[in-house]
Order: sequence, then structure tokens, then C-alpha cells
Amino acid sequence: MISRLTNFLTLMTGDAQADRVVPPTGFTARLTVFAAGAMAFLAVFALALSLATGRLAEQWGDALAQSSTIRVSAPEGQVDQQVIAVLDVLTTTPGVADARVLSDDEQRALLEPWFGPDLPLDTLPIPRLIEVIEEGEGYDAEGLRQRLAGEAPGAVLDDHARWREPLVRAANRLRGLGAISIALIAATTAAIITLAANAALAANAQVIHVLRLVGARDSYIAGAFVRRFTLRAMIGATGGMVIGVLAILLLPSADVGGGFLTGLGFRGWHWALPFAIPILAAIVAFAATRQAANSTLRELT
Amino acid sequence: MIEFEEVSYGYSGGGALLSDVSLKLAPGSFHFLTGPSGAGKTTLIKLCYGALVPTQGRAELFGADVRHMTRDDVAETRRRIGVVHQDVQFLDHMTVVENVALPLMVSGRTTEMQDLADLMSWVGLTGQMEALPPELSGGERQRAALARAVIMSPEVILADEPTGNVDWEMSIRLLTLLIELNRMGKTVMIATHDMNLIRQAKAQVQARVLRISDHRVQLAGADL
Repeated sequence: MISRLTNFLTLMTGDAQADRVVPPTGFTARLTVFAAGAMAFLAVFALALSLATGRLAEQWGDALAQSSTIRVSAPEGQVDQQVIAVLDVLTTTPGVADARVLSDDEQRALLEPWFGPDLPLDTLPIPRLIEVIEEGEGYDAEGLRQRLAGEAPGAVLDDHARWREPLVRAANRLRGLGAISIALIAATTAAIITLAANAALAANAQVIHVLRLVGARDSYIAGAFVRRFTLRAMIGATGGMVIGVLAILLLPSADVGGGFLTGLGFRGWHWALPFAIPILAAIVAFAATRQAANSTLRELT
Repeated sequence: MIEFEEVSYGYSGGGALLSDVSLKLAPGSFHFLTGPSGAGKTTLIKLCYGALVPTQGRAELFGADVRHMTRDDVAETRRRIGVVHQDVQFLDHMTVVENVALPLMVSGRTTEMQDLADLMSWVGLTGQMEALPPELSGGERQRAALARAVIMSPEVILADEPTGNVDWEMSIRLLTLLIELNRMGKTVMIATHDMNLIRQAKAQVQARVLRISDHRVQLAGADL
């Protein structure tokens, strides 16, 4: 591993003159830069998707594990009585850390997106909501439902599992798909660069013949090609990454809508991750071109 | 220096091109290799610088058996053997002087610009130093190839039909350069079917003439 790293660093900082033995232009140069740029652009979005869905899965998972809601709907005059009954039941329920009735202001805030800020809660038959905070392994949801049915018939337990679990599963799968996308992008980049390198090596058979005739080692010949393709891939990937990051920056702020799509971006130190993409592209190009060059040079007599 | 012992070579699927070739290129010697087209002169030259490996027999380059040489060993050996082909090839995107200096570049060595200029002057290409190879005439290409072949101060010079594409005057000029190199102590072997060239050389230098006939190498007789 260390020797490979040393090889890579030597290549990147080594004999720049060796580059000159390979003719400077050709379609393979443009193909490599374009492919690396396009793949880096896609990698930025795959990375953002993977990180955003990861955050979402964690948020939903935490909420699922720690909280639930009891909704109390009862005829007028019985609501307060049933709320007290529910709180009594919760006090004696193992796995419940805390329970509290949401205030009018909190309920108004929850309904505000649909009914506006001036909702007259006291004149509407709005159910009372009780937030339940769990501890340890949580409570026995079915047992609690049965007790609530006996003590407070208007109380309905919503433990969020019904809708959060599939969402968490979906978010986790999206995160996995994001990781697979990044791996596929890396593999595709390697395949394209291998094709480009093979084309360049075939087109420069005369150059290779001349270099061998004058005593060039295969490592010198391979290095000239590898260095060139690695730098091209790095330059292309840097361009693609910068454009991708700018596109992410131009997405609407997460604070405005609060939805999933507006949360597709980077937070905190995650902003540093896209800058690893050009380095990753260079490593992929280095490995792909080296493999192609060594293979071609072995075949050539 | 270069020593063959009962060396045979044949391409896969074909018969033997060379059979039981035994020869020795001693330091400072001068050899001609002759024979009709297709006799195997180029094959023998390639065997001499490790581009081909014998299918039978033992070929030693500077004491090392070719069959046991790594690719790096072959590359190192080629720095000690200057080669000039009839269809000489260059890196067409680099100038003539850069092409001549190519062996130095690939071996990580440098030279004084004055030495390079002296070498270009010796082969008569001072005015073409900054030209690109496609701009050179046939004779100029051969002289540039000769300069490239000797820039590493090799011990052996192998020239495969170096005068094949040039007129008589240029042939004599190239021959004179090769004779000069031999007088400096270099071992020279020239593959050619030009008997006049061989006669011209024998008037100036003690040369051994090897003829390839019926896949074998023989010392040529008194007809030369």
C-alpha cells in the first residue's frame, strides 16, 4: 500500500519531461477530461443524495424510537377527564419516560400550515394531543392500547410506526442506492479511461517502439501515459465537481420548505467531501491507465 | 560483447529463419552482414539487441543470456547498443535535436548543449536541429538516427540497411561516419546487400563479412 502511494506521488511529482514523449493532443484527451468532469458532476449529486437520505433516516429513526402521540377525541365536557385518565395510565406504563399534553399554542402551530395563524382552537372540536416520550426498549404498544380502550375510550395511540417505518426503510435504501451510484460512477470512469488509454496506446505504437529502441524502460513509457491521463482526469473531475457543488448551492434553502428535496445538500463538514472526488478520480485514472499501459506493453514485442 | 552459440530463430507457424548461428562480435571489430532480401539480416540484427529471443541456442549480450533477461535488463542493454534502421522512426512532434537526445532523456541523463551541437555538426545536421523529423530528407533522417544511436556512447553500433534509402554520395558519407566510430573503438555491424559499399569499406577498414545463406551465417569468401 505504501509503495503504491509512493508510486502515485512519484508519478505526480516526477519527471515532467517524460510527458513530452507522448504527442500532446488527440480525442482521448478531450474524452478523458469530459468523462471525468461529467462523472464528477454526477458523483456530487449521488453523494448529496446519499448524505441527505442518511440524515433523513436518522431523524425518522430517532423519532420512531423515542416518541409517539395519543390523540384524545371525546364529547365536549369529557375531554379533560379522559386526558387525565390517559396521563394516569401512562404514569404506570413501563417504558414511558414522560408524557405531556400539547399546549394550545403548540397545537395551533401544528395546524397553522393548513388553517393559518388565527385558528380559534376553543371553538373547534380539535382533539387533544399527548406527546409520549419513551425510554429504554419502549412500551408495549398493544397493551397500552387495550388499557386506553378501557380507561379512556376516546384515546387513540399513534406510535408512528405505521408511517415512519416504511419511510425509514425507503430512506435507508436510497442511501444505499446513493453509495452504489458512486461506486458505479467510479467503475464507469475507470472503464472510460481504460478505453481512452488503450486507444491512446494503440495510436502511439510508433512512439512506444521508438522509446523502447532507445532504451526506455516500460515503467518510463507507462509513466508518461499514466501521468497524462491521471492529470486529465483530475482536471476534468475538478471542473465537474465545482459545477456540481455550485448547482447544489443554488438549490432552495432547506429552511424555506423543510421538505426532503430542499434538504438535498451538504451540512457542516460534509461540504468537504465533494473535494475528495477529484482525488478519487485521479486514483481511479491512475489505476486504470497503469493497468492498460502495463497490459499493452506486455503484449507489444 | 555479443556472442551467439548455435542460435536458431523461427516465427511461430513458420520454418526456421536462422539455424545454428554462432558468432562473436569482439570489442572494436567491424562486421558486414550480407545476403539476399528476406535472408534474415534484420532478424539477426534484432537478436543482437534483444528485440527477439532465440528459439534455440544461446545468445549473450554483454555476458547475460537473453532468455534470462527481464524487460528492464533489455532496456538497459539497449543503452549500450546503438541501432539504426532503414525505416528509421522518430517522435514526429519533437524536434530533431530532441529526438537525438531522447536516449539521454529516457535514461535520466543530461548533456551539455555544446556537446549536442558538436554531435549534430559531426553528422552535418546543425541547420536542422530545430526542424521536425518529417521535414528531413532520407539522408538527413539516417544521419539523425546515427546521432541518436551514438549519443549514449554505446559500445556497439548496429545498422540495418542504413543506406537503403539514400543515394551513393550519402551512402559513402554514412559509411565514413560509421568507420570513424569504429576507429573510436566502437564495435560496428552493418547489414547491407550493397556489395559496392562493402568493397568501399574494406578499402578503409579491416572488416569481416558475414553472409546469410540457407538460414546459416557463413564467413564470406575471397569474392569480396
